[in-house]
Amino acid sequence: MHKTRKGVSSVLLVLVSLIWLAPIYIILTNSFKSRDEMYANALALPKDFSLGYYLDAMGRLDFLTVFKNSLILTVVSVLLLVVLCAMASWMLARSNGKLSKLIYAVLILTMLIPFQTLMMPLMQEMNNITKATGLQMKDSLGGLIFMYLGFGAGMGIFLGYGFVKGSIPKSLEEAAIIDGCNTWQLFWHVVFPTMKPVLITLAILDVIWIWNDYLLPSLTLRSAANQTIPIGTQMFFGQYTIEWNLAMAALMLTIIPVIIFYLCAQKYIVKGVAAGAVKG
Amino acid sequence: MKINKKWYIVFVVPILIPFIFTVILPFFQGIEFSFVKWNGLAKAEKVFVGLQNFKDVLHDDRFMTSLGRTSLFTLITVVLVNVIALAFATWVTSEIKFKNTGRAMLFMPYLIGGLILGYVWKYVLGQGMTLLAANTGNESLFFNWLSDPQYAFIAMIVVATWQMAGYMMVIYIAGLEAISGDVLEAAKMDGANGWKEFIHIKLPLLMPSITICLFLTLSNCFKIYDVNVSLTGGGPANSTEMISLNIYNEIFVQSNFGLGQAKAIVFFLIVAVITFLQVRLTSKKEVEI
Repeated sequence: MHKTRKGVSSVLLVLVSLIWLAPIYIILTNSFKSRDEMYANALALPKDFSLGYYLDAMGRLDFLTVFKNSLILTVVSVLLLVVLCAMASWMLARSNGKLSKLIYAVLILTMLIPFQTLMMPLMQEMNNITKATGLQMKDSLGGLIFMYLGFGAGMGIFLGYGFVKGSIPKSLEEAAIIDGCNTWQLFWHVVFPTMKPVLITLAILDVIWIWNDYLLPSLTLRSAANQTIPIGTQMFFGQYTIEWNLAMAALMLTIIPVIIFYLCAQKYIVKGVAAGAVKG
Repeated sequence: MKINKKWYIVFVVPILIPFIFTVILPFFQGIEFSFVKWNGLAKAEKVFVGLQNFKDVLHDDRFMTSLGRTSLFTLITVVLVNVIALAFATWVTSEIKFKNTGRAMLFMPYLIGGLILGYVWKYVLGQGMTLLAANTGNESLFFNWLSDPQYAFIAMIVVATWQMAGYMMVIYIAGLEAISGDVLEAAKMDGANGWKEFIHIKLPLLMPSITICLFLTLSNCFKIYDVNVSLTGGGPANSTEMISLNIYNEIFVQSNFGLGQAKAIVFFLIVAVITFLQVRLTSKKEVEI
């Protein structure tokens, strides 16, 4: 490409990328402004950076609680999903019985079912479990984790199964068996470490999904002590009056952790999202 | 490899238990629910009504309008997202500077959940526009998009496109980077460059990526819910209510559990048929070298 054209194209790309994120800057700048300042000019930079709305929003949102809940929910669900899906997908891929093929087919086909088709009977099912066992399934983080395991099983096993079939040579496992590994040791010492790339992909996809998920927690979580970040943020957007300064500070509070996570793991995230989709 | 039953159970059953209770059982119970009339209260009786709920779905104007609206929304958004994503992907894989920064920034909206994105844009296109109109006095250029049915629908398209374009871009980048340099070299020698190279060489070789992206955008658009709730809430006057929100409202707001579930089953069938047809259609067009 010609040198000046290359330069123009590069500058243009930076400009377009900056404009692409303009809505975020608008929220960011206005979250520092006082009410009067915002009404005077919504686009100007703030005159003095006041963190007042942030402190207020943190208090009303009970930020530490909702952040902690979202973190526990995401970390525990994702860890369990990664481990349990890795175990099941290896076993299903290596045992060629009819049962395994049937289980795999059902897991894949049910990925097509929209959540809206399951949500109402799911709530009834959770009530039934509570009635039968006394375990609290609705309005509890434990119950929600259980449901994420169910909804994440399809994709997790799909990715894991494909990886085991395509990228782990059987000879590797056979050698370990000759060395005297039993099935448990074989999985943990040989198979699980080999699955690392696909498990990182799976973890990334599941983190994005569970951290941001709104509908499922909105159906089950009721008490203030159990709320997650999206559910808590919703509180600032009532039907009739919205205190925009406060709401914008709250929005930034929910966006900042995502940006930090992105900056820390950008390479894995972009790779994981592409790899996950290509295999899906 | 010989596997004994004990190990099979230890490895496979733990994930199957939650799967059965959250997906399999609710799916079949959902079919049962679609044949009854029920207001959702545990004490209230579930009255078997046969196929009446499904007949009612077909005569439910709000549902059918919402279905048409969701289809139009999906059609426009799928085209926009994929054209923009493909353009971005081609741009950031060309030999220019700042391409990694560009990629990172364009992809970012996808990481922020739909609910939050909807609220961000609710300010920009609603309150922000209103303030700009007051500040500048120009009310024909700046007005509240979300209080006008047509512009609120356009707002849904804008936000969904903004959310998904970066995500699809990442998939197209992976596809473009997988095209071998030899092929492009050969094309160049044969006199193809720029636009010609894109249409005749890159596009056919990208068909697998296009299949994936069309599949993902199609099902994401058709199922859109979070952005709908936060950006417009279905309003003004239900004029932007998409199908998922319509089902939610029928069940949890109107308390017509049976009718709502019948809608949910119809919704499932439509999603299944569309995705099946689309994958079959586009995978036929894939080429190999």
